[in-house]
Amino acid sequence: MLARMSRLFLIPPLRWAAPLALGALFSALPAAAAAKVDFNRDVRPLLSDNCFACHGPDTQKMKGGLRLDLREAALKPAKSGKVALVPGKPEESELVKRIFTADADDLMPPAESHKSLTPGQRALLKRWIAEGAEYQGHWAYTPPVKAKVADPQRAVDELVQRRLREKGLKPSPAADRRTLIRRLYFDLVGLPPKPEEVEVFERDKSPDAYEKLVERLLASEHFGERMAIGWLDVVRFADTIGYHSDNPRNIWPYRDYVIRAFNANKPFDRFTREQLAGDLLPHPTQEQKVASGFNRLLLTTEEGGAQPKDYEARYLTDRVRSVGTVWLGMTTGCAQCHDHKFDPFTQRDFYSLGAVFADVKEGIIGRREDGMMVPTPAQADGLRWHADRVESLQRRYDGPQPQLADTYAKWLSSWQEAEALWMPQQPAQADSTDGATLQIRPDRSVLATGAKPDQDTYRVTLAGVPAGTVALRLEALADESLPKKGPGRAGNGNFVLTEVVARVERAGAEPRKLPFKAARATHEQTTLADKNPYKAWTAASAIDGDAKGREPGWAVLPQVGQAQQLLLELAEPVTLATGESVVVELQQRHGNGSHTLGAFRLSTATDRAAVHSPFALPPAKDIADLLKVPSEQRTPEQRDKLFAHFKSIAPELAPLRAELAEAKKSRADFEATVPRTLVTERNDTPRTVRFLPRGNWMIETGDVMEPALPAFLAKEKPAERRLTRLDLANWLVAPENPLTARVVMNRLWKQFFGMGLSKVMDDFGAQGETPPNQPLLDWLACEFRDSGWDVKHMVRLMVLSDSYRQTSKASREELARDPDNRDLARQGRWRLDAELVRDNALSVAGLLELSIGGPSAKPYQPDGYWENLNFPQRAYDESWGTDQFRRGLYTWWQRSFVHPSMLAFDAPTREECAAERARSNIPQQALVLLNDPTYVEAARSFALRTVREAKGNAEARITWMWRQALGRKPQAAEVATLRQLLEKHLGEYRASPDAAAAYLKVGATEVPAGVDAAELAAWTNVARAILNLHETITRG
Amino acid sequence: MNRLSHLEHALAEQRRAVSRRWFFKDCGVALGSIALHSLLADRLAAAPKPPVALNPLAPKKGHFAGKAKRVIYLFMAGAPSHLELFDHKPQLAKFDGTLPPAELLKGYRAAFINPSSKLLGPRFKFAQHGKCGMELSELVPHLAEVADDLTLIRSMQTDAFNHAPGQIMMNTGSQQFGRPSFGAWTTYGLGCETQDLPAYVVFSTGSKGTSGGASNWGCGFLPTVHNGTLFRTGGDPVLYLSNPRGVDDAMQKDTLETINRLNAKRLGTIGDPEIAARISAYEMAYRMQHVAPEVMDISKEPEAVRAMYGAEPGKPTYANACLLARRLIEKGVRFVQIFHESWDQHGNLKADLKRNCEVTDRASAALVKDLKQRGLLEDTIVVWGGEFGRTPMVQGGDDGRDHHPNGFSYWVAGGGFKPGLTWGETDELGFNAVRDKVHVHDFHATLLHQLGFDHEKLSYRFNGRDYRLTDVFGEVVKGLLV
Repeated sequence: MLARMSRLFLIPPLRWAAPLALGALFSALPAAAAAKVDFNRDVRPLLSDNCFACHGPDTQKMKGGLRLDLREAALKPAKSGKVALVPGKPEESELVKRIFTADADDLMPPAESHKSLTPGQRALLKRWIAEGAEYQGHWAYTPPVKAKVADPQRAVDELVQRRLREKGLKPSPAADRRTLIRRLYFDLVGLPPKPEEVEVFERDKSPDAYEKLVERLLASEHFGERMAIGWLDVVRFADTIGYHSDNPRNIWPYRDYVIRAFNANKPFDRFTREQLAGDLLPHPTQEQKVASGFNRLLLTTEEGGAQPKDYEARYLTDRVRSVGTVWLGMTTGCAQCHDHKFDPFTQRDFYSLGAVFADVKEGIIGRREDGMMVPTPAQADGLRWHADRVESLQRRYDGPQPQLADTYAKWLSSWQEAEALWMPQQPAQADSTDGATLQIRPDRSVLATGAKPDQDTYRVTLAGVPAGTVALRLEALADESLPKKGPGRAGNGNFVLTEVVARVERAGAEPRKLPFKAARATHEQTTLADKNPYKAWTAASAIDGDAKGREPGWAVLPQVGQAQQLLLELAEPVTLATGESVVVELQQRHGNGSHTLGAFRLSTATDRAAVHSPFALPPAKDIADLLKVPSEQRTPEQRDKLFAHFKSIAPELAPLRAELAEAKKSRADFEATVPRTLVTERNDTPRTVRFLPRGNWMIETGDVMEPALPAFLAKEKPAERRLTRLDLANWLVAPENPLTARVVMNRLWKQFFGMGLSKVMDDFGAQGETPPNQPLLDWLACEFRDSGWDVKHMVRLMVLSDSYRQTSKASREELARDPDNRDLARQGRWRLDAELVRDNALSVAGLLELSIGGPSAKPYQPDGYWENLNFPQRAYDESWGTDQFRRGLYTWWQRSFVHPSMLAFDAPTREECAAERARSNIPQQALVLLNDPTYVEAARSFALRTVREAKGNAEARITWMWRQALGRKPQAAEVATLRQLLEKHLGEYRASPDAAAAYLKVGATEVPAGVDAAELAAWTNVARAILNLHETITRG
Repeated sequence: MNRLSHLEHALAEQRRAVSRRWFFKDCGVALGSIALHSLLADRLAAAPKPPVALNPLAPKKGHFAGKAKRVIYLFMAGAPSHLELFDHKPQLAKFDGTLPPAELLKGYRAAFINPSSKLLGPRFKFAQHGKCGMELSELVPHLAEVADDLTLIRSMQTDAFNHAPGQIMMNTGSQQFGRPSFGAWTTYGLGCETQDLPAYVVFSTGSKGTSGGASNWGCGFLPTVHNGTLFRTGGDPVLYLSNPRGVDDAMQKDTLETINRLNAKRLGTIGDPEIAARISAYEMAYRMQHVAPEVMDISKEPEAVRAMYGAEPGKPTYANACLLARRLIEKGVRFVQIFHESWDQHGNLKADLKRNCEVTDRASAALVKDLKQRGLLEDTIVVWGGEFGRTPMVQGGDDGRDHHPNGFSYWVAGGGFKPGLTWGETDELGFNAVRDKVHVHDFHATLLHQLGFDHEKLSYRFNGRDYRLTDVFGEVVKGLLV
């Protein structure tokens, strides 16, 4: 009771909010009992709330040399020489003086702290000192003790009822069978039971009917889905990276791993090890590697300008917080900047725990890698087939190829002959249409200077083109005056030649276009080509007549700073008549920072070999340099390199090259169909982790931190070697770890009883709540550990208990006495989680797609909901076919814009680890259930089932629907209310068939022919009303 | 980010206690009939309000009587250049093309540029305006007309210099995702004057979305009702607001009545106060379906008013959003925030600033004028600004500036801020705020103060500690206030 009082007193923010309501609550409490003060229950919360901020674990901020969280320290004289606590002598204790003083200067807590103690709290502290000022270790850091129970199978009931007896209370009777089956279905598989299943269960008179049902549901593959929802929240699983652009990443196979793990009842210790350190296990399986994707679930960024050190620090803190929330129930976040104010977790603990993850291989800024392939067995066969094929072709290609000896020798001696076929042309004129200055140089090349327009077109007039010319060559030339030495004028030395047009012109005559028929280039850029329809910046796109838009063209990244060539073959030979010249138009309409040519030269040829000779394109500089080395001086490596290059151009090998390229492409195409997922790979050289004073990443002088476990919990010295993630995982699930089992059992309890045994799910520290029924939580934690971390065993113990089976109906008195059901004298009653609200409606509608796992699905979403998603902007492509009707947990999780229907029902964004969800009750939920096409379509589909499957008159049909949705028989008044709605709307839809027709078109599924539209529309409104009922979305 | 805290549990306990009293005592025993009385009566406006404790958005009082009751926050995402708009630096012009002094750059990091880049003089002219003689750039001629109503802060500072963290910092007081936004804190503290519209309405009018995404207007760990509601520029202003095709208003009303009647019946059997809250939520949803489209219809505004803003019905513009902001606060909405993302001028500084100001200047000034004319400016705070400023150093050739957190400008109007005041100062180059600095936390503390809150007391327990908008920092800048 005192505990309860103190909890209520420590809510300073409420003082302004509603003093009256609090007063009302307080007065409802029985008077304090005279039992001995209990430190953990009564005193620690008071000290933690009011004193620890200045006199607690954060030694940096300690005031007056006084520390109150450790008894030993509190009994010593403080800086003032006075002693805060003198056991048994409150009148000599400085603490007592200071909390009772009338002197505002001396009063503790001081006014500026905005904290104060009530008279009752002061008296309590005084009494505690009088009784000896005894401390206890914090409950959650002390190993749990397994209470003695008569029958371990009934431990839950024994321990619940032990407390009820102490309080003079009795448990509630069991709920009826219909309620029980519905409850078990929602809690264990997240789906409503079918009416037939309800009836079978109701009729089953065998003594183990309930047990059989539980076993059936535990064996269902939907059990894993149900269990995964909470786990995915707490580990912050999402399909996107979070920061800034919030772009997608490959991670869904991790979600399926979680589902399978729960279905297979993977022991929780293994589940922990695989996620934190699957990659470090001996010979890790594909599954274990997928599990290690846990370490990649955090938020990452692709923002240009983001500083790697900054984000390195963010990733570290994110991971430390996640370990704190997922396993330890510890709020580690505070210790990023200073020692924890309330718990003995130091800032050094924080960074040394973070250092455990320093070996996770990852880019800090930028797009995540595609991740590991996760093939199905059939896909694995396919991958092997492709690999064999590529390998055998590659072996053929890599062979010695003696048949090439002759042509190779010829090439070595005559590789420069093609050059002789080209004749550089002196431009008669060279102009820029957009203002650049084109300067013709003595070597017949042209240099662009002066104004640097974003886009430009150069017109070059060639007057002396020889008769019979069949080819044109553009050399893009490097020049010292250009950025990165050119050849382009863009900052990176690049250019994009979007189109080349050649015409024969003569004054006074219509120009005659010279069509091209082929183009080749020394290098074609393949990067930054996502949006390019050719997926590369090819030579051919410079002569495509802009068939795929203006944008594509020839570009050369990253091979800037050197000359490149574009060879163009004319369709017909050209011979100029008198007065004619050839005008070559070089269009460069890419924009985006002057992607125009800086220096170039045009040449012509009269022999098509100039384009088509296998050796027409000059080799890159490194090969050309080798070719210039006299053959007897070439080293064996140089010879190999030359021959390897020759193989890549030798005409004899063209078929083999094509076959190899095709095999590689077809392998790549196949690989693209195999799912991938981010996994953890180990970096042999871990990142250096430094202690960051005040959490400031810009301070790079902090101590280098070695990986370590939190000092106050992990007493044993670790091995001499560097601590690994596997060591961390082992410690988390070590029998002596006092936290993990309690934290996990507390969350599991909440799934079945609506509230944790300690109600603060994510904080088992001093600011959390000592569980009112600690023996129960501790027994469960011990049993979990002793059972070999058997999750299904623990689920059984909970749901088979009488406590679980109690009715959730409560008298007004009971509701008033214990509104949050902390005593467990009844079951809880709460609104379904977001995912289950959806699953329930689609299931009743007969639309739900029940397949397990796979890529995330995209349910209907209002147009434009992603319009503010940027870098890049993107469209939402809703799933079609049965994928549209997948269970809620498969919904695409876009962190910055979570699906609005899910968000309305309190699904978390998963930007942070979420150990608990709110259960709000807001108008947006009404709008979703009434108007979201998903629910409208579900209502229609439910109505269609009704019209087809339910027999009898309107009353009978309504009764049928009621059973489908709610698992019970409706009362007469309920039927009558719905019947009224049906009749009214039937009349109205008969009168306006257009409205009925429009209504039936919502959603992707089609209404079969021959159905009476007005009737179906009216029934749809009945179905919609039922799907909107509070009872429909409530687990009771 | 919807975890429950002690406080929320306590609040829930309290809510249930009060709702029980309401049902079991004040309303007598005829449970089933209570809700029916209020059911979607035709008198929409007169719908009875559920008791305060049932509704976390019921109007509440601050710690003391604040000068301001509501906020319109014009968030210029991307970070506008203070040096071209509000902070006149003749010395910067003088040193154009030279390198900044080395000691200025000690420990400084820029996002993209090498900090040791040449200085770039201001690209636009400044002049004095109004009786107060406020110096403003030629880019904001309309704002110049209301100079005497503005409070210009030239000494803003923040901690972040990338967009996502910077925007989150400016809107939630933290660079970490998952904290409640200023708007959420405001509705948490003050509730809302209307139950027919969301308490916190958000528009996004830029060429693209914000970097921080929805977290900029998120509720963090506060209850979901405090989340900003994004009013959309196309389709329903509120998601799922329209009835399905083929369901007219009368039918929707019938359906809702049926639902509430059945829920009321269930309430009579079970006595769970959550059912009462559900009934009330359905009533609110129905009213919202009517009120929201009406308030969004700016064609009802006189032409002269539309012209003053430059608003045109049916267009997703910043001007429309400004006019809608006024219409919404008139209806009792507590907090309106317009995100206009288009100010990231790494290049094309001159042309883009000109264009941005053409799009925003007239409407921003019109909002101030309009509020003043209607007597709303006294207790409405209008805030204008982005996540940081821009470097005095050039980026690229001669037409861009990089991100810069050390000193930048904001303006505020109304709500008890001193009109005509120019506050604070950056150094001669516009690099560091040097006098009367206003850090983001100080700014938040001051805004909360005007709304009637001691920023150290407006807190929420989450994850083991009491969180505030101002973290553990922030001083009210008294000098800014009347």
